[in-house]
Amino acid sequence: MTGLLVVEQLLNGLQLGVMLFLVAAGLTLVFGIMNLVNLAHGSLYMVGAYFAVAFLGWTGSFAAAVVLALLATLAVGMLVEVVALRTLYERDHLDQVLATFGLILFFNEAVAIVWGRAALFASVPPALGGFVELLPGLRYPVYRAVIILVGLAVALLLYVVVSRTRLGMLIRAGASNRTMVAALGVNIRLLYTIVFGFGAALAGLGGLMAGPIYTVQPGMGEELLIEVLVVIVIGGIGSIRGALVGAVVVGMVDTLGRAFLKPMLATVVSPAAADSAGPALASMLIYILMAAVLYFRPQGLFPAARS
Amino acid sequence: MTSRRRALTMAVALAALAAVPLAAAALNQPFYLDLFRRIMIFAIAAVSLDIILGYGGMVSLGHAAYLGIGAYAVAIPALHGLHSAWLQWPLAMALSGLAALVIGAVSLRTSGVYFIMITLAFAQMLYYVGISIEPWGGDDGMRLPGRSRLGGPLDLGDPHVFYYVVLAILAVLLLAGERVIHARFGTVIRAVKSNEARLQAIGVASFRYKLAVFVLAGAVCGLAGALLANQTEYLTPSYMHWTRSGDIMVMVILGGMGTLAGPVLGAAAFLLLENVLSAWTVHWQAILGPLLVLVVLYARGGLWSLVPGGGARDG
Amino acid sequence: MAEPLLAVRGLRKHFGGLVATDGVDLEVAEGETLAVIGPNGAGKTTLIGQLSGDLRPDAGTIRFAGADVTALPAFARSHRGLARSFQITSIFREFSTLDNVALAVQAHAGHSFRFWRPARAEAALREPARAVLEQVGLGGRGDVAAGTLAHGEQRQLEIAMALATRPRLLLLDEPVAGMGLDESVRMVQLLRALRGGHTLVLVEHDMDVVFALADRISVMVYGRVIATGSPEAIRANPEVRRAYLGEEVSA
Repeated sequence: MTGLLVVEQLLNGLQLGVMLFLVAAGLTLVFGIMNLVNLAHGSLYMVGAYFAVAFLGWTGSFAAAVVLALLATLAVGMLVEVVALRTLYERDHLDQVLATFGLILFFNEAVAIVWGRAALFASVPPALGGFVELLPGLRYPVYRAVIILVGLAVALLLYVVVSRTRLGMLIRAGASNRTMVAALGVNIRLLYTIVFGFGAALAGLGGLMAGPIYTVQPGMGEELLIEVLVVIVIGGIGSIRGALVGAVVVGMVDTLGRAFLKPMLATVVSPAAADSAGPALASMLIYILMAAVLYFRPQGLFPAARS
Repeated sequence: MTSRRRALTMAVALAALAAVPLAAAALNQPFYLDLFRRIMIFAIAAVSLDIILGYGGMVSLGHAAYLGIGAYAVAIPALHGLHSAWLQWPLAMALSGLAALVIGAVSLRTSGVYFIMITLAFAQMLYYVGISIEPWGGDDGMRLPGRSRLGGPLDLGDPHVFYYVVLAILAVLLLAGERVIHARFGTVIRAVKSNEARLQAIGVASFRYKLAVFVLAGAVCGLAGALLANQTEYLTPSYMHWTRSGDIMVMVILGGMGTLAGPVLGAAAFLLLENVLSAWTVHWQAILGPLLVLVVLYARGGLWSLVPGGGARDG
Repeated sequence: MAEPLLAVRGLRKHFGGLVATDGVDLEVAEGETLAVIGPNGAGKTTLIGQLSGDLRPDAGTIRFAGADVTALPAFARSHRGLARSFQITSIFREFSTLDNVALAVQAHAGHSFRFWRPARAEAALREPARAVLEQVGLGGRGDVAAGTLAHGEQRQLEIAMALATRPRLLLLDEPVAGMGLDESVRMVQLLRALRGGHTLVLVEHDMDVVFALADRISVMVYGRVIATGSPEAIRANPEVRRAYLGEEVSA
């Protein structure tokens, strides 16, 4: 286990974290501001990935595919919000869970109808292929490094928007007192649609970047969604800062755990035992982490102050 | 609906279920025997979820975890030559109950959105653990080495016998459920859903009751899992996948939550619908999805509320 | 001198930057009726919340019946003899009126890990519940769904549920909130009748009610108690008048 290997895994953990953040940010905003449990958020991630593959096939240009996929996901998100989710804001969480579960079933089948059930192949764009030498002896995939940079840039952008712009102020106000914001004459419906669309675009961005690394197939959104929920629970619902911290922590713990737990175990128990217990334990790590955080801080690490 | 009317309806429904094997034999359609047995097994799981969801107001998205635990509690002993149902099924209930105790102890400290997400996360954790354990088939699952043995004339290999065993268990569950709902315990649970803050203010330590009902529900669902393993004779970790939890929840809502008959109706409706729709198109979920959304938005009382005189919540 | 039934020392509570309770000291002797009054936003409901156990104070102590209950959760305080009614009616709307009260009785009649016998068949729960309903004036309304009661009747049910737990001290948060004149009068009569056997801590805005019931009054402004004393003393207190009526008023 060399130091370089550790650094590489740290970077991978950061990359996963950044991906989780993109999806978590939208989801936590929607929870926090609209009080909406949206299980179908993972579907927007999936849709982004599929659109990227589709548009790349059409246009042959990665840049065009990115832009088109983002716009398309944004459009789908806003459409879903207007058609299906508006009525759910007033309903209790159970209704929201069930309705968005229904949306998941629909989206998964819809992509299967259009593109089939088999996993799609999304290739890393040639311009971003290859490796970059970050440290002597450490060659890291350019693509993954770009993902990290994009993710951090988005985090910075979100920070600026939320804390420096009028829209951001409305978002923060809405997160802590929805009725008051509405009473002040702000067009709440429009605000909600914008927030939701924004979140959808972020999820779509995550999806289209994820395509070349993870498999593009029906149900890919839900696999990520569970980890995203862990991120939000740890970070605190409604808090973007919490989503970032939670995402990086979860990304690191998960990646490092999967990479190093088995070899570490093998130093204390037999290789055979480590072989069977290792992966199982590694997959449990983030949930144990979540349980531990909840034990001490049931509201998460950075709960958005609510009234 | 008065309790007498409810009892009558329940009796009629159970009698109808009892008649299914005879009808299936007469029509020479053994498939229906299998289908309705499957319906009853899921009805048991759905009733167990309804106890915590419909009556207690706890939206647990991880209930299928106990289905999986129960199934594996049958398969793994069988793998080692232990086929007695009297060992496997209590084990299934005990292990599921234990898992529910641990998961509940952590999850029930939270509420609302957090609770939903945490139960989901824990169940999914068990799923991932399940797929990473190679000796038990990992992702592919495993074949059940043989059905549970009840001893004597009760041979689960005989489809009729198996059917009536499941029916008996369902009937006992419904009867017991009826008593529990109206006893002190059930009253407290219903009060948790109604107004937990008030319940604590009058002096009830609600946490212990929530945990107890959570464990009970988990144990019953574990029994359903044991029966399911016998039904399909093949089990995979997908029994614990959260979408399975979603399916069970759909059954409860579709049928009418907060009632005992509702989940039974819902299980029947869901599985029959699945059966019919999947004969039409392999993409039947694209229809079920929006259908579910519509039911949630416009038909909240579920099917049970459409039954004349039905729909009024128990209690 | 006997230790007061309820003794609060140095209670502090803040929500983010807002200080809701700013060092409150209070004492209530057994059998007396203390009214807590103050302008809106004075922190009265937060105080009640800390006394009942729904809110954790950031600092200070609460002693009840000779023991420190500061860290005790609400349900445990109920078993020590502390009962509360809510400002915004908080009942079990889907249950019948009688069931609401019977549940309060049940909470203090052993544990509820009973799974077989219907709770409705337990006379030991029903009879005391019926008696309490009579006492508050809801005698004939037992079988009505609590959610369909008139507002005033729901406030009566609030009191009934608190009474059914056989408390030593009743914390009443605006018992006549939202009530019309007749209903208020009836409520005051009910509370008057309770004064003999119970200690009352009463938060109220309606000054008629306060002066009709209180032995002593504490005035809260911005989270602190600025004056405590007999009704006459409080009426005459210049600080109190200033707090309520502003700087312009002359004595």
